[in-house]
Parts: sequence; C-alpha cells; structure tokens
Amino acid sequence: MDGIHARFRLDWAGFTLDVDLSLPGHGVTALFGHSGSGKTTLLRCVAGLERAAQGRVVVNGDVWQDDSRWVPPHKRPLGYVFQEASLFPHLTVMGNLRYGLKRVSDAHRVSLDHAIDLLGIGHLLDRKPDRLSGGERQRVAIARALAVSPRILLMDEPLAALDLKRKQEILPYLERLHDELDIPVLYVSHSPDEVARLADHIVAMEGGRVLAAGPLAETLTRLDLPIRLGEDTGAVLDAVVGAIDEKWHLMRVDFSGGSAWTRNHGIPVGCPVRVRVLARDVSLARDHQGQSSIQNVLRGRVDAVAEDDHPGLVLVRVLVGESALIARLTKRAAAALGVTAGEELWVQVKSVALLE
Amino acid sequence: MIPTIHIMLTNSDLQAIGLTVKLAGIVTVLLLLIGTPIAWWLARAKTWWKGPVGAVVALPLVLPPSVLGFYLLLVMGPNGPLGQATRALGIGPLPFTFWGLVVASVFYSLPFMVQPLQSAFEAVGERPLEVAATLRASPLDAFFTVAVPLALPGFLTASILTFAHTVGEFGVVLMIGGNLPGVTRVVSVQIYDHVEALEYAPAHRLAAVMMIFSFLVLLALYAWRPGPKKGA
Repeated sequence: MDGIHARFRLDWAGFTLDVDLSLPGHGVTALFGHSGSGKTTLLRCVAGLERAAQGRVVVNGDVWQDDSRWVPPHKRPLGYVFQEASLFPHLTVMGNLRYGLKRVSDAHRVSLDHAIDLLGIGHLLDRKPDRLSGGERQRVAIARALAVSPRILLMDEPLAALDLKRKQEILPYLERLHDELDIPVLYVSHSPDEVARLADHIVAMEGGRVLAAGPLAETLTRLDLPIRLGEDTGAVLDAVVGAIDEKWHLMRVDFSGGSAWTRNHGIPVGCPVRVRVLARDVSLARDHQGQSSIQNVLRGRVDAVAEDDHPGLVLVRVLVGESALIARLTKRAAAALGVTAGEELWVQVKSVALLE
Repeated sequence: MIPTIHIMLTNSDLQAIGLTVKLAGIVTVLLLLIGTPIAWWLARAKTWWKGPVGAVVALPLVLPPSVLGFYLLLVMGPNGPLGQATRALGIGPLPFTFWGLVVASVFYSLPFMVQPLQSAFEAVGERPLEVAATLRASPLDAFFTVAVPLALPGFLTASILTFAHTVGEFGVVLMIGGNLPGVTRVVSVQIYDHVEALEYAPAHRLAAVMMIFSFLVLLALYAWRPGPKKGA
C-alpha cells in the first residue's frame, strides 16, 4: 500500500491541530504555512515526538499510530532533520553518522557511503561538530538521518536557521536527494522559494488546519484558495530545455502546452528543469502585438478570475495547453480588456525564472 | 611523602583518614546510583509533585545535622521501621556501625549529588534525546549514549562535591556513629577528640590535612571549568 495517511487532533492551550491528510508515498511534500500554522507540530506527530491523543499514522502500509497502537519514535523507520542541526557535540562527524546506522538492522536502502557522497561531507568525517560551519553541520545532520535507511524523511525547516549563502550551498544537495532517492519526504517550510524549488506536492496550513493539499503546480495556481504568497504568487512548471540560442545567450524551456525563452544557464538540451513564472510578470492582451520587448507570447484561455490581496488587483488564471499560469492585473485593465472566463487571449510572459 | 606523614600522624589518625576515605568513597558510589535517577526525573518531570520532591532532596542543605541525625536515629533504632527491618534481616540495628554511618551520609549528602546532576541534565535539554530517538535509540540507550556523555562535567562536579561533603561531615556522624575507633571515628571526630583532650599538636596536623584536602578539591572544581561549548 503506497501513501501516507495522517490524521491528528491535538488540543493545546490556544492551539488546536486538526488534520486529516492522505499524501503520496513518493516525492517531496511541502508542509507550507506561517509560523504557528501547526506544520512543525504535524511533523512531530508523524514522527511520534508529539503524541496526539487521537490520531492515526500509516506510512506505506505500516501503522504507526491508531486507536489501539502506538509505535514509539525510536521504532519508527524514519529519518528526521531538525531546524538546528542538533549534532551530538561529543561525537565526531563519523560518530554522529554511525550513531543511527549502528542501531538499524534493516537492509540498507541508503548506504552510509552514498549518504556521505550525496551530501559532500567526505572531508569532514574526523571533525567535531563545533569545527563545522552552519551549512556543513546541516549537511551532516541530513546525512545522519539518511544513514538509518529511513522509509520516510521528515525535514523541519532544515534551511531556516541558515543565512542566504548557506541556503544556496545546501539547496543543490536537497535537489540531488529529491532526484536520486525514492523515499517520500515531508518538508516543512515557510519559504515559497524552497517550496517552488523542491516540492512535488504541497499542503498549505493555517491555524492548525489544512487549507489545501495537492500537486504543486495545480495547487499553486488555484485561485479559490486563500494561499497568498504575495509578491511570490505565480506558477511553477516542470519543463525541459528545448533549444539553446548561443548568439543571444538564451535557452528555450518547453512545457506542456508551450515554451518560453529565458537566460541560458548552460544546461544541455533535453534536461528537465523547473521554472517559475510569477504572476506580476504575466500580462494579457487581446491582439498579438508584433513589436514588444516581451518576446514570450503564448495563446491561452482564461480559466478563472479572483480578487487579489489589494482591492485594485485581480489574479487571472490562464491555461496554456495543459499548463496553468497566473497573471496579476489591475482591475481597471481587466475591465477594459473584458477578461472573462473562457476567453481566448494572448499571454505575455516577461520573465521565466529557472529554479535551480 | 608517605613516611613523612607517618612520622607526623599517629596510627589512630591514619586509621581515621582511611575510614573517612572509605566512607566518602562508598557514599559517592551509592549516591551516583541513587541520585542519578532522582536528578533525571527532577530535570524532566512535568508533574506538580516535582516541587515537593525537590524540596525534600534539598532539606539536608538547611537542616542542622543534629535534626537529621535525630530522625535517622529514630528510624534506624530498634523501634524504628528501618531498625526493625534490619533486625528481621538479621543485620541488627544500624546506629553506631559503619553501615549506619553510610546510610546517614547518603541522606545527608543527597543534595550535593542531585542538584549538580539535575542542572547538568536540564542543560542537555530535550533536543539531543529526540534526535537519538529518531536515530533508533531507545530511551535507556539514549540516556547512556547521549545524556550521560553530555552531562559528564555535571557528574564530575557532583561526585567531587559529594565526596568532599561526606569527608567534612561531623554532626550526623556524632549522632549516628558515635566515636568508635576504626568503625565510626572519622577524621572530623578524631580532631574533635584531640581538641577535647587538649592535644593541640595532633589536632593541628590533622586539621591541616583537612584544610589542604578541601582547598585542593575546591581548586580542582573551580579551576577546571570547560569553556562554553559552541552550539552544534
């Protein structure tokens, strides 16, 4: 049985967690929300670090909690990465890595060498944690969680305690994890950036409840949900590098239903890439203007229109083939253009950001 | 060194020193076994009766030793519950025996073991144990492989304080142990005897030994302070 089922009800003074989720048993699922939304508590309940009196956790067929059963955290085949690396200061990096490994009897899905290699920490093995940088510590913590061959990896804002530079240092490793391991990951984050780059699915949370859950691209472009990413509102598309224009230093990314040109990042043709199109970079036009600085013009059909956070703005969801994009327009422009659902329009995309 | 001390100290002085070291050693080991679980519980419990238990553990810090000795005498005496238990076991009454002194010292030195350990465990915090749990360590396993190593400085401090405090006790010894050479006559009592008998020279020598010992212990305690660990 594939999939993760998590149902909890937890009452604390001033906070109630009440969720009932069915999540895919593969890929990265982002638990997304502001602080206080209950995403970390949900993760801790899944791990068994927090015990909800009423709850049920089933991970790929194994029941970890239900009305009659409680598997203590140390008997759950999971890996957990905390917000702070929380390495054992009395052990070396190798000692930290071996701590969990020694206690695992299963056949190893992820070998220690593979984890060390994946996180690029081979040169740090003899060091004590206080001789590592923040980014190195977090990489060791991730490798340590992988070394127990978990059947699910739980990550609680692993990048939140790091500065931008360290984040940039770790993100590629997380992407490698995503690409090379086939264990499901629950990834708690409040950063739209991280979610856009890493997640396949998203669970948006607020006030201890689930606002929305589903595949990332679909969920981010739903306008009926109060997921507001502010300036970060936009669509995420999985695409392939389709062509390179050496002369103008551009590359073409092809997604289902269209393609767009963006800056050449030196990625070979045929490679999968993930791109983000922000709502503020998308405009709509009735005619295909021949002369414009915006060269990515696609034919699309208006799917839905919704109020934006500011009373002067609307968000318009347009379907380009099977892919959905979101455009942010002023209400006046939308009225002048006569934007209504079902209308065919030209979609002008000013910029496509490669997520890497 | 040893021959010099021999010349300076009488045989009964040396006997008292030997007895004191034996008593303090046994009490320290016993308290490591008894005090560690109490400290662990106090550091992590969230129930309301953590307060009362903590207060009881700390009582010997403020009570006059005579009060503690008095109650222990009642409890361990022929009519006390512990006294009847020991008699039933065929051990006989504990007062005025070496083991009676051990029992009394365990109570008297309890806070000196428990309090530093409790602080050390509290400083370790919940997180390392949660990490250990997610790395498949059972709670007991995590206690020995994570909590104890991280609280090691606390164990050292607690053991040194317990040992030194047991060496320095006098009132409880007098109440429970009396003054039996080779059985309950520890250094503090021996000095008292010397002074009672107006033997100031031997009292001086033994007092000096105690002074030097106590100073060295405290020096070790205060000079040996590991630098603050960088958060990892």
